[in-house]
Amino acid sequence: MGGVHATARIGARGDGRGGTSLPVLESDGPLALRRTRGAASEARVMLVGAMSGPLGGDRFAVEADVGGGARLRVGSAAATIALPGQTKEGARYEVRLTVADRGELHWLPEPLISAKGSDLSVVTRVDLDAGARLVLREEQVLGRMREEPGRLGSRLVVRIAGRVVLDQELTCGPGAPGGWDGPAVLAGHRAVGQLLLARPEFAERPMEPRIFAEHACVMPLAGPAALVTAVAPDGLRLRRVLDEALAEWDIR
Amino acid sequence: MTRAALLVLADGRFPAGGHAHSGGAEAAVKAGRITGAADLEAFCRGRLHTAGLVAAALAAAAAAGADPAGLDVAADARTPSPALRTTSRRLGRQLMRAARATWPDGELDAVARRFPKGAHQPVVLGLAARAAGLGPTDAAYCAVYESVGGPATAVVRLLSLDPFEATAVLARLAPELDRVADRAVTSATAVRTEGVDVLPAASAPLLEIGAEVHAAWPVRLFAS
Repeated sequence: MGGVHATARIGARGDGRGGTSLPVLESDGPLALRRTRGAASEARVMLVGAMSGPLGGDRFAVEADVGGGARLRVGSAAATIALPGQTKEGARYEVRLTVADRGELHWLPEPLISAKGSDLSVVTRVDLDAGARLVLREEQVLGRMREEPGRLGSRLVVRIAGRVVLDQELTCGPGAPGGWDGPAVLAGHRAVGQLLLARPEFAERPMEPRIFAEHACVMPLAGPAALVTAVAPDGLRLRRVLDEALAEWDIR
Repeated sequence: MTRAALLVLADGRFPAGGHAHSGGAEAAVKAGRITGAADLEAFCRGRLHTAGLVAAALAAAAAAGADPAGLDVAADARTPSPALRTTSRRLGRQLMRAARATWPDGELDAVARRFPKGAHQPVVLGLAARAAGLGPTDAAYCAVYESVGGPATAVVRLLSLDPFEATAVLARLAPELDRVADRAVTSATAVRTEGVDVLPAASAPLLEIGAEVHAAWPVRLFAS
């Protein structure tokens, strides 16, 4: 009763002519990767599996490794929905991203939705060289329409040139530490999201802190990166806020 | 070691500048998220299990002798809001001044020299506890109590809340303070073998966002 164990891998390399090749594109079980049409210098990959999982007991992992001079954009075809499994054990979803100097990764998956009775821990670990560029989006929606959420734990750890610039965890739903839905943490909001932007030029000129919606702000981190944190009543309104930030940075 | 030193360090009248800070309560009151004792309790509970746990683990690790510079980087990574980082360093500097005068200590002097603009407050708190002859558990208790005591006192002023009610909130939270302090000490103990990544990183999105909103106000009663 161990659940499904699957690891999908993407490796992107600069082809030396300004383009990006994908020497590694490994789907695994429910995690299916498809290369889609990209822009001139950028490879695009769509994660098409895992929409109706992970279930309790499942262990999913997705790894992307972007080499120097490569540009990779990864999206997903639909939201990932954490559902209750037949085991008491929780599910685990790990994302491991590495980007080398002069590499660029846009990691823009669809939201993660925590359905009633589910129990999922998501861990995202990002390792960037000093000259790497990254745009990362994370959205968590607590419950489907008017549904109580399951337990959802998420941790995001970002290292740049070996130094941790962001380490954040959030646990929501039944069994989470007290106060998660109270006025200090989510105050009844059902969607929470982050955008992380890492660029080497922020070392010289960091982004200015700014409030740009009722519950959303841009925060320069203690390192060459900035974080947008937003909470919203639902997933649609969260996406609208995060899209606004992406548009302002000219990222589509 | 003397138990009374813990009372000196944990006393709200210890001259370290904490009374000027609401721990995010002022922003939450203004936004209508705290209107009475029940909201105050939920606010304090959320703060305790996030910022309070992280601060307590950092303080306990510093009190146990972990490298303050490594802990300071860990505190930065766990504090995405620049307003909160600035506040934490300012409070760290004020606490450092008070602690050095109270418990003269070579380690405190060295950290003060290394961080002229202030190290993060929980790190200094742990070092102050160490200088006072206290241990990691004492430092964790100071931090968890501070994480709820500050907002409770501030809300009494902000909402003219009955001080008896605010104190009852703190008393009801006491068993949870015990559990959080215990968790903090357990992870702080693991730092020696596993490094600072083992420290908890629990975050509170509305505390971070609220701190940024609050820092942009032209007029406010509390500094944070």
